[in-house]
Amino acid sequence: MEEKEIITTPDELQEYFINMGPQHPSTHGVLRLLVSLRGEMVQNVQPHVGYIHSGIEKMCESITYAQIIHLTDRMDYISAHINNEAVCLNVEKALEVDIPDRIKVIRTIMSELTRIQSHQLWWACFGMDLGGLTCFFYGLRDREKILDIFEETCGGRMIVSYNCPGGLMYDIHPNFQKRVKEFIKYFRKILPEYDQLLTGNVIFHERSKGIGKLTKEDAISYGVTGPTGRASGFSCDVRKHEPYSAYDRVQFKEILLTEGDTFSRYVARIDEMWESMKIIEQLIDNIPEGPFAVKMKPVIKLPEGEYYQRVETARGELGVFIISDGNKNPYRVKFRSPNFSNLSVLNHIAKGFKIADLVAIGGSLDLIIPDIDR
Amino acid sequence: MDKTQLGEFLKSINKDLEIKEGKQYLEVTVPPSMLYQLARQLREKKEAQFDYLFCITGVDYGVDLGVIYHLRSTLYDQAVVLKTRTSDRENPLLDSVADIWRTADFHEREVYDLIGIKFRNHPDLRRLFLDNSWGFPLRKDYVDDINIVTK
Repeated sequence: MEEKEIITTPDELQEYFINMGPQHPSTHGVLRLLVSLRGEMVQNVQPHVGYIHSGIEKMCESITYAQIIHLTDRMDYISAHINNEAVCLNVEKALEVDIPDRIKVIRTIMSELTRIQSHQLWWACFGMDLGGLTCFFYGLRDREKILDIFEETCGGRMIVSYNCPGGLMYDIHPNFQKRVKEFIKYFRKILPEYDQLLTGNVIFHERSKGIGKLTKEDAISYGVTGPTGRASGFSCDVRKHEPYSAYDRVQFKEILLTEGDTFSRYVARIDEMWESMKIIEQLIDNIPEGPFAVKMKPVIKLPEGEYYQRVETARGELGVFIISDGNKNPYRVKFRSPNFSNLSVLNHIAKGFKIADLVAIGGSLDLIIPDIDR
Repeated sequence: MDKTQLGEFLKSINKDLEIKEGKQYLEVTVPPSMLYQLARQLREKKEAQFDYLFCITGVDYGVDLGVIYHLRSTLYDQAVVLKTRTSDRENPLLDSVADIWRTADFHEREVYDLIGIKFRNHPDLRRLFLDNSWGFPLRKDYVDDINIVTK
């Protein structure tokens, strides 16, 4: 029998592929990452998306503006209220409707509550991704308190649909102010506990510091916004640059860091929760009296033209671009979703790190998949 | 830099440009052949530095297919809109701007996937969400045979 020569290459030189997802706990949704590895080192990450594509942009072309709002809830379902607000602001801007202060203030408070609960959920999951299961219980325990406030006022917990063109669906619940104040008081005490649990943890530092560095130039070029972009020093807070609702009358800091690694993305979000609480405290005692909605025509028709509205969701800049031909349905709607651009940077920053770091980097981008597959 | 200065700057690049003052942004319509060069100039010229491409939208105008680029200069906090359209529905081909702004890589793949506009010199032009056997759903003449979206 002839003997064949077996050629062997050392394991660490062989390139091989691993499918991470579509059903993987750390991708936080139906996202498939095709990871090319050499040993433990990541060579290339190819995101495959579209598993839950819902065709929202196409559906929008056959429904009315008031109906679109309920679809935007399903995009980035963790910051549903802010998505709703974006569409409403755009429609109101196109129709040149004056919105009373009461609506603006309530919208801003709700947006900031949404941001806090989104960051809480992110913190919970990020801790869990890195092996700290306690974080998950802490984060969800506190998030529940905000969801209860939402439930009382909006009826929904996550998918709130509280906005409508011209204002709000219904007035705030009589308990709203009291419960929000209670929550802020409670959370100001609790948030330092988050730091004790995770921020100062040595293992956490080892896992996150210097991992997945993103420079400011790359952040701008890739269109990375939100806390992820600001951790790299890209000043992209729409609340500061193009204030909408009541953001022009409150004092808050735009959190800007320079390192751009996983740890600074973490710090950016923790600091944002403090800033959000500041904003709510400035507004909660000064909700002006007035109507909770402006009377609008039953069938809303936008004048012919193009309208673009940017808002700052918990994950970055959401843009709603409406092209109207004067009918009751939009001609074309485009949602520029923050997660879509944030995902595109993953390959760039994960290259050269270990596969375990990919979990940390992916977690720090805070991806919500329905927002990508919108 | 304000809108009038930006308009003058755009005129200085090419005086034949079709510039319109939109409701929010300055809108520039360019033929596909000029798009790439203008984009490069907007990115690189010292006076403009449009370094942040925040939205690419593919639009089906009925006869023509078009792409709308929203650009922003983080240095001057100024925005501009580039528009281009092609009448070739069978094989629409535009120049890719993915080497100027990296975010265009994903956004152009999305436009290709849903509208069917191909981009020349794109690093990796594959369909993003859908299978190769699908049509292009955001076109107005797309036949929706399983009634996902009914009118």
